[in-house]
Amino acid sequence: MVIRKLNKIPFSEITPKSVYLNRRAFMAGAAALGIAGMLEPRRAAADATKLQTVTSPLSTPGLTPTSYKDITSYNNFYEFGVEKDNPSHNAGKMKTRPWKVTVDGLVKQKKTVTIEELLSFKPIEERVYRHRCVEAWSMVIPWAGYSLSELINWAEPSPKAKYVQFLSYEDSAIMPGLSQINLNWPYSEGLRMDEAMHPLTLLTFGLYGEVLPNQDGAPVRVVIPWKYGFKSAKSIVKIHFTSDQPPTAWNDMAPREYGFYSNVNPNVDHPRWSQKTERRIGASIFQQRQPTLMFNGYGDQVASLYNGMDLKKNF
Amino acid sequence: MNKRSIVALKIAVWLVCLAPLAKLLYHGFTNNLGPDPTATVTHATGFATLRLLVISLAITPLRRLSPRLSWLVRFRRLLGLFAFFYGCLHLLTWLWLYSGFSIAAMADDLGKRRYIMAGMAAWVLLLPLAATSTTWSIRILGGKRWQALHRLAYVSAIVGVIHYWWIVKSGVRTPITITLVLTVLLLSRVVWWMRQSAG
Repeated sequence: MVIRKLNKIPFSEITPKSVYLNRRAFMAGAAALGIAGMLEPRRAAADATKLQTVTSPLSTPGLTPTSYKDITSYNNFYEFGVEKDNPSHNAGKMKTRPWKVTVDGLVKQKKTVTIEELLSFKPIEERVYRHRCVEAWSMVIPWAGYSLSELINWAEPSPKAKYVQFLSYEDSAIMPGLSQINLNWPYSEGLRMDEAMHPLTLLTFGLYGEVLPNQDGAPVRVVIPWKYGFKSAKSIVKIHFTSDQPPTAWNDMAPREYGFYSNVNPNVDHPRWSQKTERRIGASIFQQRQPTLMFNGYGDQVASLYNGMDLKKNF
Repeated sequence: MNKRSIVALKIAVWLVCLAPLAKLLYHGFTNNLGPDPTATVTHATGFATLRLLVISLAITPLRRLSPRLSWLVRFRRLLGLFAFFYGCLHLLTWLWLYSGFSIAAMADDLGKRRYIMAGMAAWVLLLPLAATSTTWSIRILGGKRWQALHRLAYVSAIVGVIHYWWIVKSGVRTPITITLVLTVLLLSRVVWWMRQSAG
């Protein structure tokens, strides 16, 4: 295995220096007092560092983001439990440093990168996206990241690579959900290469200008804004390039209900419920309901990816 | 059980049965129904319906455990009617918050979605039971026929639990608890009937 540097920027320049030094001083002080162990649960709060973000033309204009509180307390992250408030209660136990992502499969050379290298690889952009869950609720989230295509270009996949698979972190010691639901763990998701290369597909490290809270898929996830939320794999440890369509968790579980593509489409109902409308999270009870947009409103950018495809069949 | 204890217990049961509604109203007025208020109200009224229905069905098997528990039957109607009350509120969430009172949207849902059909069937099955819940109805129908009619409560509960399984995501097992409780109650009836016919 070759561990190659993405570039030479040291971690100290990514995290603002004051924060970085403060944290060290804090931990050194805590260690000196012999209470480092006791402070362990507080690490999450100390790690909530700011990200330096730049604006992006790919951000969706004219949207009011859902509150930080709702985005970080109403989550589907089944590894940590099936109820919406389970991830925010349980995900704190996940250690997101050190963190490595392996890039392998049909690539020139298998590589492993650290989260620090990923963070410093390209400027982190703020991208406000609509987020539509297959369960018919939605949010507006100011994500922070850069296009996944940047990483794919660096990975140098072979021309035979037609799909990208994302594998999420798995640890039964801290993930009560693994035994609560019969998904094939670790969580696996995948995209066709052209979908993965689309500039809207975001390699995501943060939201609201801060690093991702664990319950939102820290430290690195993907976000594909025109697809139902479950396509956007969280807490990624492996990116695997293949020639065949990779197995994906929900599609394996119930292929009739969750297609491989799972593009947001108000004209194709879930077999058990309608996808015509959605409930906006955080709105008052009588103002929640609103129409669902084709490709979640990103049709101008992505519809051409599916030219000639029957979207009712390839749902 | 003397009369005063029964009255005190009835007040307590009323309060417990009204608690889910009181909680929803309080959170509604203090703007505290959570990130997805539509789902909060829908789930709370649905759970209250199923739980109260199952509790009302537990009365008879419990009573049979001992003659000293015969007073329990005085609470069955109250529990059943509260189950129906929450069932109506649950139905209202679908009519209002999901369908916006649009006949077309409702017809579409009813025609296509089995969990909606099951939920609707469970509610419809409770209608004649609520309508014949008076002592007067028992007299008019005759005890035997009234009893036979009210066995529909079991059918309604079974259909209600199926409705619950059909709306959760595949692989999610949260409806398991209520399913097990209902199964135990049904089995206890079967055992009772078998013993009766054997004896």
